Amino acid sequence: MSKRKVRIATTSLAGCFGCHMSLLDIDERIVDLMAIAEFDRSPLNDKKTFTRRCDIGLVEGGCCNEDNVHVLKEFRKNCDVLVAVGQCAIMGGLPVMRNAIMHSEDPLRECLDEAYTTSKVLNPSKQIPNDPALPLILDKVYTCAQVVKIDYQIPGCPPSGDTLWAALTALIKNEEPTLDYALIKFD
Amino acid sequence: MSDKDHLTLNIDGQKITAKRGQTLMQACDAAGVYIPRLCDSEGLEPQGSCRVCSVKLNGRVVAACTQPVVANAHIESETEEINRYRKDLVSMLFHEGNHLCPICEASGRCELQAMAYRLGISQAAPHPYLEPVRPVDASHPDIALDNNRCILCGRCIRASRDVDGKHVFEYIGRGIHKRIGVNADCLAETDASIDDHAMSLEVCPVGCIIRKREGFFAPVGERLYDTEVIGRDIETQQPHHHSLHKIEVKQIDPADFPPFNKDDNGDTV
Amino acid sequence: MEHQKVIQQICADLGNDPKRMMDILWTVQDRLGCIAPASMGLIADLTHTQRVVVEGVVSFYAFFHQEVQGQNVIYLCEDIIDQHAGFNALKETVESCLGIQPGQMTKDGLFSFYLAPSIGMCDQAPAALINQTPVTKLTPTLLKRIINNLRKGKPVAATIPKLGDGNNSHPLIQSMVQNNVRKQGEVLLSGHQNDEGLSKALSLSPAEVIDYVLKADLKGRGGAGYRSAEKWKIAADTPAKSRFLICNADEGEPGTFKDRLLLTERAHQLIEGMTIAAYAIEATQGILYLRAEYRYLQPYLESVLSERRQKALLGENISDTDFDFDIRIQLGAGAYICGEESALISSCEGKRGEPTTKPPFPAVYGYLGLPTIVNNVETFCNLPPILAKGSDWFRSIGTEKSKGTKLLSVCGDCDRPGIYELPMGIKLSEVLSSCGALNTEAVQVGGASGVLIGRSDFDRQLCFEDLPTAGAIMIFNSQRNILKIVNYFMHFFIEESCGYCTPCRVGNVFLKERLDKIMNGLGEPADLEYLRNLSATVRETSRCGLGHTSPNPILSSMENFPLVYAALLKEHPSGEQAGFNIQKALDESRIIAKRRSLIYDPDFSSGEGRGNQE
Repeated sequence: MSKRKVRIATTSLAGCFGCHMSLLDIDERIVDLMAIAEFDRSPLNDKKTFTRRCDIGLVEGGCCNEDNVHVLKEFRKNCDVLVAVGQCAIMGGLPVMRNAIMHSEDPLRECLDEAYTTSKVLNPSKQIPNDPALPLILDKVYTCAQVVKIDYQIPGCPPSGDTLWAALTALIKNEEPTLDYALIKFD
Repeated sequence: MSDKDHLTLNIDGQKITAKRGQTLMQACDAAGVYIPRLCDSEGLEPQGSCRVCSVKLNGRVVAACTQPVVANAHIESETEEINRYRKDLVSMLFHEGNHLCPICEASGRCELQAMAYRLGISQAAPHPYLEPVRPVDASHPDIALDNNRCILCGRCIRASRDVDGKHVFEYIGRGIHKRIGVNADCLAETDASIDDHAMSLEVCPVGCIIRKREGFFAPVGERLYDTEVIGRDIETQQPHHHSLHKIEVKQIDPADFPPFNKDDNGDTV
Repeated sequence: MEHQKVIQQICADLGNDPKRMMDILWTVQDRLGCIAPASMGLIADLTHTQRVVVEGVVSFYAFFHQEVQGQNVIYLCEDIIDQHAGFNALKETVESCLGIQPGQMTKDGLFSFYLAPSIGMCDQAPAALINQTPVTKLTPTLLKRIINNLRKGKPVAATIPKLGDGNNSHPLIQSMVQNNVRKQGEVLLSGHQNDEGLSKALSLSPAEVIDYVLKADLKGRGGAGYRSAEKWKIAADTPAKSRFLICNADEGEPGTFKDRLLLTERAHQLIEGMTIAAYAIEATQGILYLRAEYRYLQPYLESVLSERRQKALLGENISDTDFDFDIRIQLGAGAYICGEESALISSCEGKRGEPTTKPPFPAVYGYLGLPTIVNNVETFCNLPPILAKGSDWFRSIGTEKSKGTKLLSVCGDCDRPGIYELPMGIKLSEVLSSCGALNTEAVQVGGASGVLIGRSDFDRQLCFEDLPTAGAIMIFNSQRNILKIVNYFMHFFIEESCGYCTPCRVGNVFLKERLDKIMNGLGEPADLEYLRNLSATVRETSRCGLGHTSPNPILSSMENFPLVYAALLKEHPSGEQAGFNIQKALDESRIIAKRRSLIYDPDFSSGEGRGNQE
């Protein structure tokens, strides 16, 4: 029986792609990684759909809109082990700040008004973007674990290349990605 | 050594000498045994509210910061059970307030965060996020209060009352609605000053009390807990050193790698 | 300006003493309708404390209000027994008659409406406190009539059908509350109140009285089961210039109302008992800490105190001896946690009712730093018969380790709810048959902090060695929803946690959240493990008894009614979280964007769905 490479999928939901950038910080170790792993759906190779079931799914970012939810559910469906990568995926990160600034009876409208209409941020049209192609925004920001079951998380904002390497190599070895003290960071 | 003034304690199998009248925490600190804590801070009267310093004293869980030493004390601290409680308590605090480490000025010197690191909390706690909406008080010219980050340790209350003699803060409300109130409609109307001990960096363990115009004074990598474990000052009886020193990361040789154990059909080999 | 003078007068009358803060705040609220921030500032100045300290006290107690209240204030009791007896219909009645929700005031300023966790009337539920007058066996019709009459300026007393039995009809009480005494045992309820016990005590030395009670093996009736006289001995042996005695009449445990009966019908016996204990520990002053829900009994209790002062049974030179002892009544203000003795002492000192750090224990360092004994109403009421009839007589009743009788507050699904005085060690099944409980599915023994037991445990004995209880027996028949009962108790603990320590403040909220999830049909088997683990943290690491016991309803129901939980749990193999509802999450967005979802509105997305634009 031939051994195959471990299949990894990645995506960035409501994130900044910083975690993906950080993955590149594993530097020359990426050569070692590519010797034992291959990427399926991922912005790193621009594959936009799953071509087959994956062993590991790495999700950056939480859920701000319906598309995030849709993609996250696809990942859950297509990945054996689903990992929330970075603070946005784990606890909402920067986007989740909107959950705490919405005080009124109509929180989403307040949030959009604050962002596009009433704030001093330059937006001459004062229009709230509403192109039909834009996914609908959710009532609040959800963490990945609030939407689907998450098997593991890799904390950090972003997790360092070393942290991602330690966690990823553990996952590939079918071990729990417990991190050494120096690698646990929430920022 | 046991005499009129001293007692011997056994903590996790280690024998230490305590003075009568000390708390368990004081005795352990003096002996270089660190017990995790958040609401307790040197120079302030202990109050035993965060419960992170829970230890088992002769089979019963007590707060080390308020429990006086007793004869024949058998103390369990670094056990699986006690550390499970501590992780649970620290996680509760993370989920009770809004602790957005990436945007918090205290990140890197925050004791709550450092405690999570020390306890090895890298995986998710199954608690819900309460996402409270608490007022931010930025009225004072030099100080801002972001109550969303408050963990109700009460160190500011005790520092202001007992050290500064001012009583700027006090607990108000009860239960999950309990929070820290200020002695007026807002902080600017109190006699709070940036020079108060209560406003110093060592009092607020999180990023609730913010000293304006001083933010982000230490770059990432040089912050207090970037390289040091919280409690190491007590364990080594040496003050914290803020020096920059790189984190050693284990490099992994791919040659050590076992082949991936699934075949092309996804079946385990 | 007017307000200022009123507050100055009130504070001056109480000696501008911050230790009398509870009385100051009550009087200010009675006179001015609320304790506004400006009043707090003034009170702070007059009592030489800080405004935020006063605010800390005001915001701690449920009966203190910082915003103006209506001229009439309705507190509807929301405990589980009241819910089973028709609470919802009453709540709807208030909401429809007055157009307000709990916590609100009518626009005309005539009515405020609140919910109260438990007002001690479970044997005559549903009940309410309207302008501090208890109204029991309340129906929507009666409630409407009371509201209409209040609108016309007629007081509640003018509308209630008839006065209750015994002292409930006393001119100073005038309440419709029924005593509902179903069984008078031989210790507490059948004896005469003739101060024979006090005479006996005064003929002995204080140390002899302690030995006498020690010999009787009387254990505290609050539930913890500590031998009363041992606690007294600690206080008596602590050198001090004086000692203090407090009676805990703050029975806040949902389902208990036995102290209500003792305060109504055995007030002399209670004060006699307090006086005996004061003599034993050589205390010269005492406090009767009365829960705010029983404020309607205060004028009567004051009259009992003055009557006893006149008869030289209280005050200076009691019964012509050189023993001096007097009592003041301290009114609480709605905080279950004040049933904990050190929290109760904090409250008596005019502070937030938070437990203090132990050690030191109150018997060594209590009220104002004096050695202080806090005992339950029922415990004190046991003393006169013990002294009068002897330790051996008392020891002959009950079991090996639980002597005497126990007052049980029986309520819920039975024909004869009320007070039963039964010997310690009685089987629960005997209690159930004497109160006429049919088809009983579950019994909560010991109130919210007690345990929920099922049929297989009905033969257990009520006593310290088996099922200890402060006396609350809540009966539930097979029609009742077990999880709803447990959920109510968790709601109660969240409301009543003082918030001092992390596990109790936060942990109880998380426990209830998970229970809600299960009750909503979204639970998974792993949730039981979560409840067990979190319960362990809350129970082990909490600072006082509230957190030590708050997981009990969950743990005992999981153990005794596992099928109730199992029936609601299922695995979600899809890996999607059952609690997440995408439709709900999009509702508001659809309205704001004035369009539907390309992904989640089915008629928009056939098959792939994506990119299918209008």
